[in-house]
Amino acid sequence: MNKTRTSGRTIGGLRTLSLQAPAVSLLFLWMIVPLAMTVWFSLQRYNLLMPGMTGFAGLENYEYLFTDPALWSAMGTTLLMVGWVLAITVVGGTLLAVLFQQEFMGQGIARVLAISPFFVMPTVSALVWKNMMMHPANGVLSWVAESLGLPAVDWFSSLPLTSIIIIVSWQWLPFALLILLTAMQSLDEDQVEAARMDGAGPIAIFFFITLPHLKRAISVVIMIEMIFLLTIFAEIFVTTSGGPGLATTNLAYLIYIRALLDFDVGMASAGGVVAIILANIVAIFLVRMVAKNLES
Amino acid sequence: MTTTRTKLMTGVAAPGRQRSALTEALLNRRLWLGVLGWTVAIVIFFPIFWMVLTGFKTEAEAIAEPSLIFSPTLDSYAEVQSRAGYAKFAINSVVVAFGSTLLALLIAIPSAYSMAFLPTKRTKGTLLWMLSTKMLPPVGVLVPIYLLFRDVGLLDTRTGLIIVYTLMNLPIVVWMLYTFFKDMPKDILEAGRMDGAGTLQEVLYLLLPLTLPGIASTGLLAVILSWNEAFWSLNLTSSQAAPLTAYIASFSSPEGLFWAKLSAASTMAIAPILVFGWLTQKQMVRGLTFGAVK
Amino acid sequence: MATLELKQIKKSFDDTHVIKGVDLEVKDREFVVFVGPSGCGKSTLMRMIAGLESATSGDILIDGQRMNEVGPSDRGLAMVFQSYALYPHMTVEDNMGFSMRLAGVAKDKRREKVLEAARILELEPLLDRKPKALSGGQRQRVAIGRAIVRNPSIFLFDEPLSNLDAALRVQMRIELAKLHEELDATMIYVTHDQIEAMTMADKIVVLQGGEVEQVGSPMELYHHPRNRFVAGFIGSPKMNFIDVELVSSDAEGSTIRLPGGETRAVPIDGAGLAGGAALELGVRPEHLELSDQGPLEGRIQVLERLGGQTSLYVQMGDNLLTIMADGDVAYRVNDSVRFGFSPDRAHLFDTEGLSLSKLHRHPLASLRRQDNRAPTDTVSQ
Repeated sequence: MNKTRTSGRTIGGLRTLSLQAPAVSLLFLWMIVPLAMTVWFSLQRYNLLMPGMTGFAGLENYEYLFTDPALWSAMGTTLLMVGWVLAITVVGGTLLAVLFQQEFMGQGIARVLAISPFFVMPTVSALVWKNMMMHPANGVLSWVAESLGLPAVDWFSSLPLTSIIIIVSWQWLPFALLILLTAMQSLDEDQVEAARMDGAGPIAIFFFITLPHLKRAISVVIMIEMIFLLTIFAEIFVTTSGGPGLATTNLAYLIYIRALLDFDVGMASAGGVVAIILANIVAIFLVRMVAKNLES
Repeated sequence: MTTTRTKLMTGVAAPGRQRSALTEALLNRRLWLGVLGWTVAIVIFFPIFWMVLTGFKTEAEAIAEPSLIFSPTLDSYAEVQSRAGYAKFAINSVVVAFGSTLLALLIAIPSAYSMAFLPTKRTKGTLLWMLSTKMLPPVGVLVPIYLLFRDVGLLDTRTGLIIVYTLMNLPIVVWMLYTFFKDMPKDILEAGRMDGAGTLQEVLYLLLPLTLPGIASTGLLAVILSWNEAFWSLNLTSSQAAPLTAYIASFSSPEGLFWAKLSAASTMAIAPILVFGWLTQKQMVRGLTFGAVK
Repeated sequence: MATLELKQIKKSFDDTHVIKGVDLEVKDREFVVFVGPSGCGKSTLMRMIAGLESATSGDILIDGQRMNEVGPSDRGLAMVFQSYALYPHMTVEDNMGFSMRLAGVAKDKRREKVLEAARILELEPLLDRKPKALSGGQRQRVAIGRAIVRNPSIFLFDEPLSNLDAALRVQMRIELAKLHEELDATMIYVTHDQIEAMTMADKIVVLQGGEVEQVGSPMELYHHPRNRFVAGFIGSPKMNFIDVELVSSDAEGSTIRLPGGETRAVPIDGAGLAGGAALELGVRPEHLELSDQGPLEGRIQVLERLGGQTSLYVQMGDNLLTIMADGDVAYRVNDSVRFGFSPDRAHLFDTEGLSLSKLHRHPLASLRRQDNRAPTDTVSQ
């Protein structure tokens, strides 16, 4: 009798193992090999331009990295980008979600238009903004400014960081809208009606019913955006190339410069380790939250 | 005769008037909401609209003062098409996006099946661990992947990009499939087992047909994510395997300032994905938030 | 032709013991109902019989053959699920024919069998529909049809009526009983509804906490419940329990002292218990009789008039008792009432909750459902 049980369990276990093995082992390799290599390289003297100079460097790369003003500037830029984009997209996304939740003529189509930018590849959106919207002479924005009698702005030279933030926000605002709108649809209509019976106006309903209901969705949006925004790359790559100076160089772009332009593998890897640590601080919270959700 | 008619009319009009006070307030509200909603939607959508429009202009019109009035031309499309480049990039995008998606589905379906229907104590941990691999920022591992690919000759190959995208999307695909599979009533599979279906028949006759919409939207999300991916494509490809993201990026160089052609190429590059996105927006939320928002 | 035997079946999930050693014998063509509150293990027990769940230990024998290692489809069983579990992407005909399709039965043979089942269940006009185009009752029939088509030796029903509304449930109950006669098959039926159990079963298995509390015919459970749990679970409204004291007992029965001080003799064996022992008296609501000379007294809290009957909820000390009285009783809320009971109707339970055995067996206690129709041979227990 006991034999049956054990054999039954092992067969089930084997079946599970064989079904999951491909996905698990591939992902494991994909995670562990580059991670180990990054950590290893970050401890090496390794520059592709100087093939002779190799060897164990200890924490030298980190020393250089942390004394490099570029790193701190890049960290600051990263934080500014993430912070502003988050603020714009979360606040804007919440308000837009409330708006698009209402019934009006053609609301379905309007909704679809509003979430579209999220599906546009980053290189396209960056170039469309750079060339057709923000171009100092021929862009739509300068044309609008001129017709209003305002001076035209040379966005990418005078407000480079702001420009990037605008472009990235334009891409991620629809993401926040999409998620929050979906979350809002699960709001119990009875609850809203009960609140209305209790004398709550639209603003009270928003703050006491809608916002608490959206709390979890908003934190999910924040965490997912953070993970992606920490490593914005393509938008910078095709517009400012990190300039002028280091004005729009974030951590991701700095690593790219060090690795593929300066060929300093050791330094770039040290930067990579920093980026991984930063992302993991956010990730821990997100994973915890999803785990909690998995239980219910 | 006249009196009767008047009576009839008032008889009809009276309840109508009562209704109108209420409905008018509602209609007014809807009207203003409509104006606001549409304004916001149009402002957000405007850059895309403008890009599509510019694609139908001549290069001269494209950089001239913004105008809605022009005679549309397909010249830019024709030129973009005829230049040997575009087709190659487009084919790369299609091959890489669909290739990686198919591969990811193939690997993920058995895994998601076992997690949903044969759960063990470790299932939850495995799922969360998969999710956590997604948190690894690509820049963090750019250097080793670049060097590895260089050493095994995968740099600038479609195979290389397919491998990267498959692995990049695998956690999301497993998660999404898992949530869809979980939603399927277990009873139905058990009824199938009572009817004599083995694992393979269970999957082929019951699971796949019933979760096809979920599998399709999972696949579409993976296609969208691969198609739009720009970090790896910009860093790992140059001329041979470069997909559309990289092709469009090449317009950023000063000599590439041909707005009409850029617009035409961009429109073609985003049109299919935009449609996919519209079709699957609801189900995508699940995948994008790992089931935390439904 | 099929018998089922369970020998010391146990099931645990990790450290939770869901089934704690069940022994059971099901005879050929018997209609057996597993009944119990939710979480009592009745569904798990059925799923183990079906082969959807493996037994942690013990033997499952069908027609004397050990089936523990045999797959669910090879045990000669068919199961009707609570949710019906119809394949939503297949038509009614394909749903019913799926098992034959998997077994490689030829198409016309398949159709023939499906049509036969459809005729029994009056599903013929619906064969081309998909499940979502059917009403609840129709879906239920398709689920039964899918089981019939397999020609099983044993039918398993897992709370099949719980998703139907009350009127339909009564109708399906009758149809299932008819089906049992028509098919002449062994049936095992799981429910939490004791009315379904009472009306359909030849044999009821009352389960609680993974253990069998009692096995017996409906009338046996009603008249001779083995313990307080079965007494309370079988019968509706629930049996009333009143704390009493044993005065004395002899061969003629026992004498008990009721609240209020009066004593009564009841034909129940109280041997082995000392005078003064605390006992519980159980009397069903339909057996409490209003009478001015009754030994018990209480105050009416709530009065529910159903027309033909009136339910009185009477407070007596700490107990709220239910009395089923005539539809026309003239009482009002807050009235004080006196009531009593016929000694034959009384049950006594010791402090452990076990029944003290009655001196006389109720004449109907061994009645089987078939016996309602025609006289048969001597009854079995």
